[in-house]
Amino acid sequence: MKRVIWLVALLVVFMVMPCEAARIGAESGGDLTSRAARFFSLQDPSVRYALAGSVLLGISCGLMGAFLVVRKLALMGDALSHAVLPGVAVGFLWSMTKNPVAIFVGAVVAGLLGAAVVQWIQGTTRHREDAALGFVLSSFFGLGIVLVTMIQNQAGSAKGGLDKFMFGQAAAMGPADVWLLAGVTLLVLGAVIFWNKEYVVTSFDEGFARSMGLRVKFYHYSLMLLLAFAIVAALQAVGVVLVSAMLVIPAAAAYLLTDRMGSMLVLSAVFGMMAGATGAFFSFVGRSLPTGPFMVLAAAGLFVLALFFAPRHGIATRWWRGRSRVARIGRENTLKAIYQVLEDGGFQSEAADFGAVADRRRTTLHEVRHEVRALVRAGLATESGGEVSFTPEGWQRACEIVRNHRLWELYLTNAVQVAPDHVHDDAEVIEHVLGEETVRRLERRLNYARRDPHGKLIPGAADMGEAPRGAERVAGFGKEAR
Amino acid sequence: MSGFVPAFEWQRVMVQPWTTDFALTGWIVLMGFLAGAACGVVGTYLLLRRMALVGDAISHSILFGLVAAFLVFREAGTLVMFGAAVVTGLLTVGIIEFIHRQSRVKPDAAICIAFTTLFAAGVVMLSAAEVSGPVHLDADCVLYGEIAFVPLDPPVEVFGFSLGPAAVVRIGAVLAGLLVLVTIFYKELLVTSFDPGLARSLGMRVAWWHYGLMAALSLVVVSVFEAVGAILAVAMLVVPPMFAAQLSDRLPVRLGLVFVHAALSSVIGYHLAVWLDCSPAGAMVVTGALLFVVAWMWSRPWRAPLV
Repeated sequence: MKRVIWLVALLVVFMVMPCEAARIGAESGGDLTSRAARFFSLQDPSVRYALAGSVLLGISCGLMGAFLVVRKLALMGDALSHAVLPGVAVGFLWSMTKNPVAIFVGAVVAGLLGAAVVQWIQGTTRHREDAALGFVLSSFFGLGIVLVTMIQNQAGSAKGGLDKFMFGQAAAMGPADVWLLAGVTLLVLGAVIFWNKEYVVTSFDEGFARSMGLRVKFYHYSLMLLLAFAIVAALQAVGVVLVSAMLVIPAAAAYLLTDRMGSMLVLSAVFGMMAGATGAFFSFVGRSLPTGPFMVLAAAGLFVLALFFAPRHGIATRWWRGRSRVARIGRENTLKAIYQVLEDGGFQSEAADFGAVADRRRTTLHEVRHEVRALVRAGLATESGGEVSFTPEGWQRACEIVRNHRLWELYLTNAVQVAPDHVHDDAEVIEHVLGEETVRRLERRLNYARRDPHGKLIPGAADMGEAPRGAERVAGFGKEAR
Repeated sequence: MSGFVPAFEWQRVMVQPWTTDFALTGWIVLMGFLAGAACGVVGTYLLLRRMALVGDAISHSILFGLVAAFLVFREAGTLVMFGAAVVTGLLTVGIIEFIHRQSRVKPDAAICIAFTTLFAAGVVMLSAAEVSGPVHLDADCVLYGEIAFVPLDPPVEVFGFSLGPAAVVRIGAVLAGLLVLVTIFYKELLVTSFDPGLARSLGMRVAWWHYGLMAALSLVVVSVFEAVGAILAVAMLVVPPMFAAQLSDRLPVRLGLVFVHAALSSVIGYHLAVWLDCSPAGAMVVTGALLFVVAWMWSRPWRAPLV
């Protein structure tokens, strides 16, 4: 982790080193492709500032956002990011220039005041969190609008640049802004690493944290302070309105991909960086375009990908898993039906007639043909002339399913005292999910019984070795049948 | 810093707006009042349902619908606007529910994701449209509206009788419709807001009332959008009901207080804006927030234990 800090620090130093502040507005030539080429060559200092700023912003917002998402404070981020606007305006008024430090201080104070008002409203009125957040968000923003429009309407004042705080323009960032962002990112990174355990414990189990003697309040407010830092530092690039998106969306995408807080923090920071770099790119290539919305759209694209294709929780992956489960259960049911047809014939023949299987499955010949074809594709059966026979794997799988079914029926009747005519439906479901371990324990519990409640044979391990080719060839079945 | 706050001139701030500038003042103050009242009526129900921030979400995402509708239809008629608003409002709610149900992302994060994404898409489309040609909306207007331009709207004429600027007539019609609906369906809205379980057991379709309220919310927000912008609309949705809730526990009284709050914040806010030479909508919101703070302090919160 220490190495990460050094890498980030080096990156910043490398990007900010040449301190001649060439602005993008000054050099507006070139068509789209040449501008894109200039962006990727990183020769312009302004490109370096924009890119470094956006990447740093992605890291700090991603880290803070991860805690917001797991603490269910997503909308707190939204409220705070709007609440800083009056602070920005006051900071601007203080120096009458776009002095980053003055604006930073003013905005942080306003943000903390907003957080305190949220707490205070919740503590002293019957209004819930949503109302308190909505109040702080909109009325602080209203106050900010009043101040900003007052500044803009004052003739002669250096009003330029204040509107950039609304939607952000990474291209307008100077070295001072980037240094500020770098400092904040290092601070956030350091705090998250230093207090990692404390933050994780207070985020997931407040009661436990308190019982361990951790000062929960302290960690909550220190997170809020860091959050205010991250928001304010990001303002220049994403703007007031969309900072909350940069906090929440990368973190939510990471939340879908992992169950570990550590990897969630890393993923969230990486997604934030990717979104930030994309936003900076578009802001540079299309000159007048605001950066914030593009960053948010890039982050949203990542989120949608995670939402659908996350390995464990993705919608598409879950759908696909469900489909393959349904297909597997269908195959297993067909195998079982074939086994039963063969069993009805006393295992005299080694192939089952499609019609008989269809009777067993209570379905049409057409359906059975489909199902058998699926078995053939899976290598579980072979088909010839309207009849189907097992391959060795198919025979083993069929035996397992029938064994699971009958063992469970026996278990329910013998051990749980369910009437024998009530156990079939339950066994029909569970036969597909019983694992080997459970089967072993069931067998032991039932003293390795060979007959189910209906007098049918339960296939054992010895029977699964090879498929029956006439009654005399199947050792276990032959003996029991006599 | 000195001289930043203009001197308070009684003649300029308090008298002139109602004498020489009455044509402007009247429409702006009326617009502010109607916007505050309509938002407040819907917001009262949102507050009861603890959905204040869904109002925040819809008022942001409306921008996407408006710009998309403008790009498709190349006009900004009332019907197009209303249709786009309802579709976008329900789309937002739908996206929030989809994310919340289909993944383990919590509802608060789902709200944030849905509306910021739609809003960002709206801003991008808006800046693309600004490049290709002039649009009604611009980026500043999106944030805090242009209530000062309301009187310049082309007036609506019915039977040769001029009713007033289009924006005012629109929000007036929406408010009237809203009041009629609230009167007719008072009981249903009451029960579904306070006790969804009881409403369900009485055979009411709770989900339909929910979506109906969302559609009404979208209509109200789109009618005030041009005047007060996305974020100040949130203030008009949230603050008047909070003010009313501080003063009364009865729903009819709260609905009445919302109108009082809207009137006070509109008039005082406008004078504040004239005095400070700032955005009237912003000043109205600040006044409304101060009114809430007064009502809040009235209950002497410093006596309650701080949490």
